[in-house]
Amino acid sequence: MPVTVTIPTALRQYVENQASVTLEADSVGALLRALTERHPELGRHLYSEQGKLRSFVNIYVGDEDIRFLDGEQTALQGGEQVSIIPAIAGGR
Amino acid sequence: MQPTKLSNEEIARYSRHLIMPEVGMEGQRKLKQGSVLLIGTGGLGSPLALYLAAAGVGHIGLVDFDVVDASNLQRQIVHGTSTVGVAKTESARRRLHDLNPHIDVSAYEAQITSANALDLMRPYDVIVDGTDNFPTRYLTNDASVLLGKPNVYGSIFRFEGQATVFSSRSGGPCYRCLYPEPPPPGLVPSCAEGGVLGVLPGVIGAIQATEAIKLLTGIGEPLIGRLMLYDALGMHFRELKLRRDPVCPVCGDHPTITALIDYDAFCGITQSPPPATGDDEITPRELADWLRRADRPFLLDVRNPYEAEIADIPGADRIVPLDQLERAIPEFDRDRELVIYCRSGVRSGQAVAMFKRTGFTRVKNLVGGVLRWSDDVDPTVAKY
Repeated sequence: MPVTVTIPTALRQYVENQASVTLEADSVGALLRALTERHPELGRHLYSEQGKLRSFVNIYVGDEDIRFLDGEQTALQGGEQVSIIPAIAGGR
Repeated sequence: MQPTKLSNEEIARYSRHLIMPEVGMEGQRKLKQGSVLLIGTGGLGSPLALYLAAAGVGHIGLVDFDVVDASNLQRQIVHGTSTVGVAKTESARRRLHDLNPHIDVSAYEAQITSANALDLMRPYDVIVDGTDNFPTRYLTNDASVLLGKPNVYGSIFRFEGQATVFSSRSGGPCYRCLYPEPPPPGLVPSCAEGGVLGVLPGVIGAIQATEAIKLLTGIGEPLIGRLMLYDALGMHFRELKLRRDPVCPVCGDHPTITALIDYDAFCGITQSPPPATGDDEITPRELADWLRRADRPFLLDVRNPYEAEIADIPGADRIVPLDQLERAIPEFDRDRELVIYCRSGVRSGQAVAMFKRTGFTRVKNLVGGVLRWSDDVDPTVAKY
């Protein structure tokens, strides 16, 4: 079942300026791996050199942060909306 | 304490609040007794200051070290053409006094730091974060948690905004629960580098002002434990759940941060200048001379093509935006002198470092970029 990932403005340049990408995956980790295999430059922004999700990027399934679900093992049934929400600091 | 009394002038001014039972005389008195500290008097701080002053918040503090610049006026609506060059705190204070002479405004023309943050914030009921950088956001967060004050958060980037209320006093999460660590410097562009739709801080700042007023009056459901996301292009609002992290170093069950720290160091910002050293730099005047000679260098612009349409240095040989540069580096000639420029010299400094890492040696950064070229060489080149 396809899952749609919402890409924030700051990272769209690494996915050919798409606002969302739809992929097949059964877990958040598999989804992000498929996404970053297709768009390797995005991978550098999501994962550290040690392969860990960066701590200024949060991943949500629906309205829940995966850190409070099962992290990257969080299962996907299909049809969910997954969002990448990076820290932004602008205010001026 | 004596109950605050409203004068007949104030009653006339606030009548649209007073006739709503949710605010009424009691709520308006709370606003008058209330105080809010605005950290930053820029894009977010402008609508915040205006609406909080108009609403009758009795004491508004403004913290900013900056001076009004013409490029601010596309969005910083508390300032005006007549106050370009004036300190932002003073510019805003004048406008707020004109808008509502019944309130007190304290202007602190200073940068908020670990040394002054607690003293600046202590007298106020509500803290509002309208800053534009990660170190100040973590500083504002930690100081708010340590003082037990609510921190009304908003941030913006291009067409997107985030807002929430961090209130550890009421068991809610703090900024570190949302983002435990900041991105390394340079990875996330600032508004100065990335741009911002002028009306965007109006929307996010108005949400923050709404929340500050709700906190002072005690009405409604505060935006605690919820992250509001706004997408101006799609015109969508979304709400995500935010939870307090029990292992958060500042608001968790066993906090390890119990005093303010060095936030520049925490955010990876060092005081020493970026990697490019003197040998890797060239001034606009030196470049102008060199470009007239037969041995002129190859001139590379690492801005986005639409920036070159705004203002340019004549004679650029190639444009490759910084985020596409890595792939293009092998196409450059190692034996040719190369000068790289951008708007201000920051991105081109990063570009020089990238070339050096791949073994290029004859690479220089144009210090101050197009902006300094306009100052030193050709004032007909627009500054943006």
